[in-house]
Amino acid sequence: MAGQSQERTGQTDVEFRSVTKRFGAVVAVDDVDLRIRAGSFYSLLGPSGCGKTTSLRMIAGFEDPTAGEIFIGGEPVLGVPPYRRQVNTVFQHYALFPHMDVGRNVGYGLRQRRVPREEQERRVQEALDLVRLSAYGRRRVWELSGGQQQRVALARALINHPTVLLLDEPLGALDLKLRKEMQLELKALQHQVGITFVYVTHDQEEAITMSDRIAVMRDGRIQQEGTPTELYDEPANRFVASFLGQSNFFEGELLEDGELAGVRTARGLILWGRRPGSREPLAAGSRATVAIRPERISLAGDPPADAAVDRETATLPGRVLQGTYLGDQSEYQIETDALGPLMVRSINSEGLPAAHFGAGAAVRVAWRARSSLVLGI
Amino acid sequence: MVQGPAAVAAPGRGRGRAVTALLLTPTSLWYLLLLLVPLAILIVFSFGERSPVGGYHPGLTLENYLRLPTRQAAFVNTLVLAVASTALCALLGYPLAYYLATRAGSRRTLLLILIALPFLTSFLIRTYAWFTILGANGIPAILGALGVSPRPVLLNTHFAILIGIVYNYLPLMVFPLYVSLERLDKRLLEASKDLGAGRWATFRQVTLPLSAPGLISGALLVFIPMMGEYIIPNMLGGGKVFFVGNALVDLFLQSRNWPFGSAAAIGLIMVVLITVSIYLFLTSRGRVQREVSQL
Repeated sequence: MAGQSQERTGQTDVEFRSVTKRFGAVVAVDDVDLRIRAGSFYSLLGPSGCGKTTSLRMIAGFEDPTAGEIFIGGEPVLGVPPYRRQVNTVFQHYALFPHMDVGRNVGYGLRQRRVPREEQERRVQEALDLVRLSAYGRRRVWELSGGQQQRVALARALINHPTVLLLDEPLGALDLKLRKEMQLELKALQHQVGITFVYVTHDQEEAITMSDRIAVMRDGRIQQEGTPTELYDEPANRFVASFLGQSNFFEGELLEDGELAGVRTARGLILWGRRPGSREPLAAGSRATVAIRPERISLAGDPPADAAVDRETATLPGRVLQGTYLGDQSEYQIETDALGPLMVRSINSEGLPAAHFGAGAAVRVAWRARSSLVLGI
Repeated sequence: MVQGPAAVAAPGRGRGRAVTALLLTPTSLWYLLLLLVPLAILIVFSFGERSPVGGYHPGLTLENYLRLPTRQAAFVNTLVLAVASTALCALLGYPLAYYLATRAGSRRTLLLILIALPFLTSFLIRTYAWFTILGANGIPAILGALGVSPRPVLLNTHFAILIGIVYNYLPLMVFPLYVSLERLDKRLLEASKDLGAGRWATFRQVTLPLSAPGLISGALLVFIPMMGEYIIPNMLGGGKVFFVGNALVDLFLQSRNWPFGSAAAIGLIMVVLITVSIYLFLTSRGRVQREVSQL
């Protein structure tokens, strides 16, 4: 019994085995392996053209892989048409049927499966209740706001109790405030219904907020896969570090690889940084980059005379080029002789003096070597 | 001072109205002189009497309308053939328009031009071509040479009229259908399949209802002019199949019975109006019913 339940919690709902998809000469998805755990909120994150939407469309059945295999709930689905898959999609622009009212839209899937009339009516109402549109069954879809249409699309997909719900940039068309609200709502909804969500987005903040796990994609390949924390704190390469959050990058030559690595930067300064856990090994002498998050750098009003860098800390004198006060935080562009320009973000929390530095101010820039990462180019 | 803005706005509004009037005057005059006035004349004539030398003699009688049943055959012929060929145009035109809108790819423009191509020659020549093709030296001769006997008679039949009508009117059905199918959001078809509907179910529940406006306007474009068709039944039907159009020509030009001709024309207009109204009523009601939820 114990083994069985363990198997259930570890169950994989969607699996890609060496999946490749070509459109003519273009390789949209390039030899991707993927395992999405049952009941998880999984995001495919990447810039446009990275293959995330194509991957989603292959799960839905709108595209067939050129090579490789796809499994849904353990079953191979190659050649199974979309209407026979236990998968439903929330489309980017909702794709609601304009000639049907909200209730007819939501009940569409049930009608295809010849669910008895009374059950249809009950489940449509339940689905509308779930997305808080209880009284909207008779409304025309084009009378609804973007957020409401979004919810109708969700209800229309969820009513079929799919194994996996696919969401293709569903919040893309909404304004910022509504998007934030819907992010929380979606996450809560996923928790409530317990269905596996596969979420496609180019918005890193959205992915971080909602996902249990994220696969960062670029040029058809998965760059890194992990929890939001892993991706943010331990990015495997420069692309992931720049795509999730912001970073200062300093390129140079790798002196030695190890748990802690040293890089000689363009202006001769040697910076030390931690190597990420999921690191690709780097050869001494190869090109590498040191990545430092702007919020991991501290600023003080007492500039040192010279740059001092060792395996513990880095301390540099600098000058503020521009300071932007953002209320809860301040963002600075700092010019340093030793490294060139860098970005610093400091939180304006209570207790700390609101030490906002104006343009031209001489400052001390410092960070712990372990707060920076040494990554491959 | 309070009146200031209104005073400023007034000339602007006046100018707006003047522009509107200017824009609408030409068409208004056109319709007044060439549609409403003739229609009024037609109505007046239809209650008049035939003067002994033909033409119109003022009068006020229902005689002409009471005589309409004598032309019943023409009305029935026209209505039956118009309905049948509209249906045939829809049946042939829909797959063609669907292919053009969804699958023709880069050939689309060329095919659209090809469909429109016959319109570059005159209607009369196109119909005359069919006269030759269907005539004794056309297809029947070829079939005869192939050993088919007796040689079929194609010209001067309902079939010949149907061919001529469908050939000439098909593009009028295809183009509006093509436009509505081309505008159809393909993601809706994906959504339908995603929700468990197969190809046919998707066609029936999404494609067909969403292309209905094109089908309806195509049907009207074909049906209405077909009701007044005169040349096709005359040439390909050899006068054997009598249409209202032929009856009108006879009444006005041969027997010079203008009042009776006017009554027949009014009768035709009424038949078209009633048929189209019933048709629009049925199609719009059908759509409303489909759209209303069972909730």
